[in-house]
Amino acid sequence: MAEILKRSKPLAVNPLKASQPMGAALAFLGLKNAIPMLHGSQGCTAFGKVFFVRHFREPIPLQTTAMDQVSTIMSADENVIEGLRVICEKNSPDVIGLPTTGLSETQGVDIKRLVRRFRELHPEFAATAVVPVNTPDFSGCLESGFALALEAIIDVMVQESALAGRRHKQVNVLCSSMLTPGDTESIRDWIEAFGLRPVLLPDIGDSLDGHLVDVETTPLTFGGTQKSEIETMGESVATLVIGRSLAKAADLLKDRTGVPDYRFDHLLGLDACDAFTSALAKISGVPVPARIDRRRAQLQDAMVDTHFMAGFLRVAIAADADLLVALGAFLTGVGAEVVAAVAPARADVLAAMPAASVRIGDLEDLERAALAGRAQLVISNSHAVASAERLGVPLLRAGFPQYDWVGGYARTWVGYRGARAALFDVANLFTGSHHDTPAYRSIYRTGAAGESQDRAAAGAGVVRH
Amino acid sequence: MKAAEIAQLLNEPACVHNNKDKSGCAKTKPGATAGGCSFDGAQIALLPIADVAHIVHGPSACAGNAWDNRGTRSSGPTLYRIGMTTDLTEEDVIMGRGEKRLFHAIKQAIDDYAPKAVFLYSTCVAALIGDDLGAVARAATERWGVPVVPVDCAGFYGTKNLGNRIAGEAMFRHVIGTREPEPVPESAQRAGIKVHDVNLIGEYNIAGEFWYVAPLFDELGLRILGSLSGDARFHEVQTMHRAKVSMVVCAKALLNVARKLEENYGMPFFEGSFYGITDTSQAFRDFAGLLRDPGLTARTEAMIAREEAKIRAALLPWAERLKGKRALLYTGGVKSWSVVSALQDLGMTVVATGTKKSTEEDKARIREIMGDDAKMITDGSPTALLQAYKDYQADILIAGGRNLYTALKARIPFLDINQEREFGYAGYDGMLELVRQLALTIESPVWDKVRKPAPWAAQKAVGEPLMAART
Repeated sequence: MAEILKRSKPLAVNPLKASQPMGAALAFLGLKNAIPMLHGSQGCTAFGKVFFVRHFREPIPLQTTAMDQVSTIMSADENVIEGLRVICEKNSPDVIGLPTTGLSETQGVDIKRLVRRFRELHPEFAATAVVPVNTPDFSGCLESGFALALEAIIDVMVQESALAGRRHKQVNVLCSSMLTPGDTESIRDWIEAFGLRPVLLPDIGDSLDGHLVDVETTPLTFGGTQKSEIETMGESVATLVIGRSLAKAADLLKDRTGVPDYRFDHLLGLDACDAFTSALAKISGVPVPARIDRRRAQLQDAMVDTHFMAGFLRVAIAADADLLVALGAFLTGVGAEVVAAVAPARADVLAAMPAASVRIGDLEDLERAALAGRAQLVISNSHAVASAERLGVPLLRAGFPQYDWVGGYARTWVGYRGARAALFDVANLFTGSHHDTPAYRSIYRTGAAGESQDRAAAGAGVVRH
Repeated sequence: MKAAEIAQLLNEPACVHNNKDKSGCAKTKPGATAGGCSFDGAQIALLPIADVAHIVHGPSACAGNAWDNRGTRSSGPTLYRIGMTTDLTEEDVIMGRGEKRLFHAIKQAIDDYAPKAVFLYSTCVAALIGDDLGAVARAATERWGVPVVPVDCAGFYGTKNLGNRIAGEAMFRHVIGTREPEPVPESAQRAGIKVHDVNLIGEYNIAGEFWYVAPLFDELGLRILGSLSGDARFHEVQTMHRAKVSMVVCAKALLNVARKLEENYGMPFFEGSFYGITDTSQAFRDFAGLLRDPGLTARTEAMIAREEAKIRAALLPWAERLKGKRALLYTGGVKSWSVVSALQDLGMTVVATGTKKSTEEDKARIREIMGDDAKMITDGSPTALLQAYKDYQADILIAGGRNLYTALKARIPFLDINQEREFGYAGYDGMLELVRQLALTIESPVWDKVRKPAPWAAQKAVGEPLMAART
């Protein structure tokens, strides 16, 4: 059990936190023919757009209710109605996500009432689902905003029903914000290997994975979970929940539909993969396919090969709670030690972190703790590049945003193959950066003055041991 | 900030846009709005001042979602790259603890990072709960002895452009004129060269591109007293009132600073650009013209002759490759014609250009450069841009970063000319980087491959019935 150390400074330096509306927007971006519209000033959306464009290297549909000075003081309710109308009229989306922001929450908006009002005024747009969600910037973080949006999606789009198991091959998968498009794609394959048909909610692996499509431009998402699929989630045989942050969303889905669920904190590393695979075997009644056994054996081999590098490795990690705990459990599971752990906001799962303590804080906190703990590896988002440089240790990029690393969004660490790739990543970073023992020259050695200076400069491809 | 003050900022007599629709006060449309807010604009304008602690007072969104994402470079301190925010919590908002947190945050920044000054940026939430940045700044300056400058730039005040002006206003009101410049160091004096002090306004040293041009200033004896704000230091900005001439570079956004310097200190200014050979030379001639120093004029002409000859020779092999290539340009305002001139220097054809933010005067200038049949585009939506690209048979789209993936998803070559870009194009030498980037994307072998359908896809469409017929 980790001790949770609360924020201790008035100023956040080198922020780790991306705010709740970002997370909510991301959840909606995993739905097909959808667009999120943030209820706030136009800057909230502009920053959000840049944030995701640079991370995913994809066009990002994101709109704003464009609150200005007058509507901020007088009332911005009309902005919401008008914004919804404009988007419906222009693009007829299947889903509009409507997260609030710090600005509209401080103003005191009743976002659900506004959606009801919109429904009364514009019955002609009934085909478009509108999902409001309260996500003030001044609480939580990206992960909690994402979870709140998922809960809201279920609340609006999944009806009360008692048809669990009617689709006996269909399983629901609730995916936390820690999963990349590469991860969700791999989870789909994993489930399909058991002859099951997964409905991933959301499915950013289908919308933000980066693939060229025939249509050159669209104002909406061009992939993701379909509205019609979400509406059938009550008929699935089981729900797989990945990430503790989704507990409330999972509770709601279960209450509504009675579909039994299996919950996992994460899918990183052998134990987590075994648990997930066992669940799939149980749900499907199909024996574990031989190729999964083969991959499991490959992972075990990699664990043996890399335990020299991973063993006793002192790691400093800063990330949203689900990812932090996933990485912590994975790395301590191969012999590493977490000497610094920082999360941007509180979450239940943090107590399970395999470290002495978790600090609620920023990257300055991470840097200080890493220095004190003599960390050999930093794991965090691209903002930690400067911290890692100052510490003189390598950085493994994880979480949001990764703007200086092509393909960071696609990296797959879940599953047996993913865990193997992650182990190789960690081991290679360590091998590439560990320090040799400083040379010692005996005072009695002769005839070699200056011999160490005339070595040719090391070039590319030089292997160091 | 009061509505009257905003109106005053929107009224910029030195701006030729002033009689027309003001971009800063254009009404935003819910559900159909793009672009940044005033906070964004203010921070972009001031963040390059490298030895200042830039504190964003608000919830984590404003700084947390956006810190350290500008392409600007510093030749010295890197404090500006440290993201700082009060990260207001729900309790702070409800209980009114924002000002107190801010006051202590300033102390923390000063204790830990020894900044030359602290800038405080207001945000929507801070403005709405009524935190008084001015009062906190005054109290903190007095208490900790470091200049603390309030920038009242809540996002809902308006657009990015308005934010630029708010930033300029804050510099003029609180920073410029608060220190006298140091004398020119003896070691930098050269016989026969009289040193003139000048300002650059609206130059942000994106990707370090100003360093292509900076050595030429030294050569001519032009000392850049202060810059807003590329590679600037706080003490330099303080002395900007003592320059003899200001150059407003490219953007009209900080024109208010140049105008006020003229009104208050009699300092003339001119608008120019460092994009393209022609414009770069013109900028140096304008300096010489306003400074009225025959020696400087002679040195300037000699330098221009030498640099132009050198760069034209270096560009020759590239110009061969790019000659006749057709560019579709979509940028705002002044930048348009300045880039047009750079592309024409290379023998390229600009088939159309965006004029959404341009004035009649800008358009006249575009016609002058591009000829009477110059196509002007006002609709910047992805669909419209792609249609124009096809209609005018362009070879490349040149636009800001927001259109990058519009182009790539449509499988067409693209050049980013906005502030997030990673390459510098300014000055004579910057042209070499520009041609390299142009050729790199236009000539890339990937375009053919990514437009090619899968072999079996073609088979399915045409071949399948045939195969079926045979069996």
